[in-house]
Amino acid sequence: MKAVLQVQNLSVDFETQRGRLQALRDVSFSIDAGEIVGVVGESGCGKSTLIASLMRLLADNAILRSGSALLQDKDLLQISQRDMQALRGRDISVVFQDPMTALNPVISIGQQMIDIQHREQISKAEKRKRVINILEKVGIPDPASRLNAYPHEFSGGMRQRVCIAMALMMRPKLLIADEPTTALDATLEVQVLRLLQELQSEIGCSILFISHHLGVIAELCSKVIVMYAGEVVEYGPVSQIFRSPSHPYTRKLLECDPGRIKERSHVLPSIPGELPDLTQPPPGCIFRLRCDLATEKCLKQIPEAQAVSTDHWAKCHYAESAQ
Amino acid sequence: MSFRYTLAGRLLRDPLAVLGLSIIVLLVLSALFADHLSPHAYAELNIANRFASPSLEHWLGTDNLGRDTLSRVLQGGRIALLVGILSVVIAGGIGLLLGTLAGFGPRWLDNTILFLFDTMRAYPTIILALALATLMPRGLSTVIIVVVLTSFSEYGRVARTQTQSLREHEFIAAERALGASSIRIILRHILPNILGPFFILVAINLPVVITIEAGMSFLGVGVPPGTPSWGSTLKDGFDHIRTTPWLILGGGIPLILVTIGFTFLGEALRDVLDPKLRGER
Repeated sequence: MKAVLQVQNLSVDFETQRGRLQALRDVSFSIDAGEIVGVVGESGCGKSTLIASLMRLLADNAILRSGSALLQDKDLLQISQRDMQALRGRDISVVFQDPMTALNPVISIGQQMIDIQHREQISKAEKRKRVINILEKVGIPDPASRLNAYPHEFSGGMRQRVCIAMALMMRPKLLIADEPTTALDATLEVQVLRLLQELQSEIGCSILFISHHLGVIAELCSKVIVMYAGEVVEYGPVSQIFRSPSHPYTRKLLECDPGRIKERSHVLPSIPGELPDLTQPPPGCIFRLRCDLATEKCLKQIPEAQAVSTDHWAKCHYAESAQ
Repeated sequence: MSFRYTLAGRLLRDPLAVLGLSIIVLLVLSALFADHLSPHAYAELNIANRFASPSLEHWLGTDNLGRDTLSRVLQGGRIALLVGILSVVIAGGIGLLLGTLAGFGPRWLDNTILFLFDTMRAYPTIILALALATLMPRGLSTVIIVVVLTSFSEYGRVARTQTQSLREHEFIAAERALGASSIRIILRHILPNILGPFFILVAINLPVVITIEAGMSFLGVGVPPGTPSWGSTLKDGFDHIRTTPWLILGGGIPLILVTIGFTFLGEALRDVLDPKLRGER
């Protein structure tokens, strides 16, 4: 299948007072058409920087060191701001984490949704019809009567549905979902995931799904990108990564998943140590300092991606033997 | 639109807002129809009848040149409102433009505009007024320029802080992610969000502006002599306070009423325009 998004060797630095912070280092992955790819990793691993780079919404102090991100032949990192603006919302779109703040509080829902179609050459009545149509699809009851409602008149779950409707209205090729269920409670989470799944199969877009909830990733995605300290440490199909993780970090991450903990314990498992200082990344393997398997080789040599099987690789010298 | 209806409806449910609005409406009407309401021509001299006490003929007495105080106060309302509204609109417009640019633009622009705001704020209003009055011809335009110069930074600061706090909101990032340009974001998303606090500031500032005009006229650097400003009426009253207290009252009471009216309206607007408070009262 043809890749919708192909990211290669993406490296992004931030200029800070303490020096250059290497927020993303050599990130590569691809998303096929109609595929849902998950991104997991702890806070600060570069998930948000990845989204911001793809959307070209990085802060001013960010420096693109290298890399390309091809969205169907167009390099998102190289095209002009004007071209990028034309792509946003149309070919590539985002659903954000917190639905409570993702909508303009002083403009009615209907007005906001008509407004985002400002580039379309169609009549206002048609735009309105489209809005009603997509709101119905995301499960807002009686959408026509809700158009004049303001965001604060909706509950959190309903607002996230509205946000999803806004993101999908132009039928983008790629939807980036930035922890869209983190701010919702568990029952709503399931509903929103089902909704995303339904809409995805109907519209046929690809989704890059960011989350730190492993259960959600396992449920929704076909492939997973595991990130640690700005690097992709493992990439592969969901079933393989969850059943036989090849990178020690993935393994530790899975051990810490509350859904998988079998024994009762007073202390929840965690990964000892802390994230390395990315202004001065330690030599060798980035995970070495927290890894049980670390050897002399891990200090001397940065591990390359080791193929474990087709479409499954890990950046660890012992990826295969760890199986 | 039903939204506007509810806004007006909610405003009218607040007794203080109704009081404020009534005062403002009365003032505006009296200013508009000053020519018809005035019992005498405001410039009509009557030297034989100087310092007359209030009577049926002259409700608020006459001044040192025998001019009818009531007629002058009514005419003064025109000047007060003209100066007030014009300078607030100009200063507000400049402040809104510079403030949103500073809040939304790059840091160097923010610093430049902020430096301008700070510089302008450093001048005490009256000192700047006295300085400019010596450089420029006396007249309404000078008064307006002084007020604009000393007050636009206040609007600018409000617009800037509001914009800055807004630009961090996720919905601005969301709009960007959905393809909106910077200009579109400012016009469609930032402006409607900051207009509420802005109008409140305008309503509360209007009487301040009118007081500045009166103050300048009182000090003799405002409108040209002979112009029936509230400030010059106050000044005349001040000079003859022992014998003719009604001149002070004639010039002072409208100033007090304007302040009360706009302050009540401003406070009521604040309650109504804040979307978070909507539906709570």
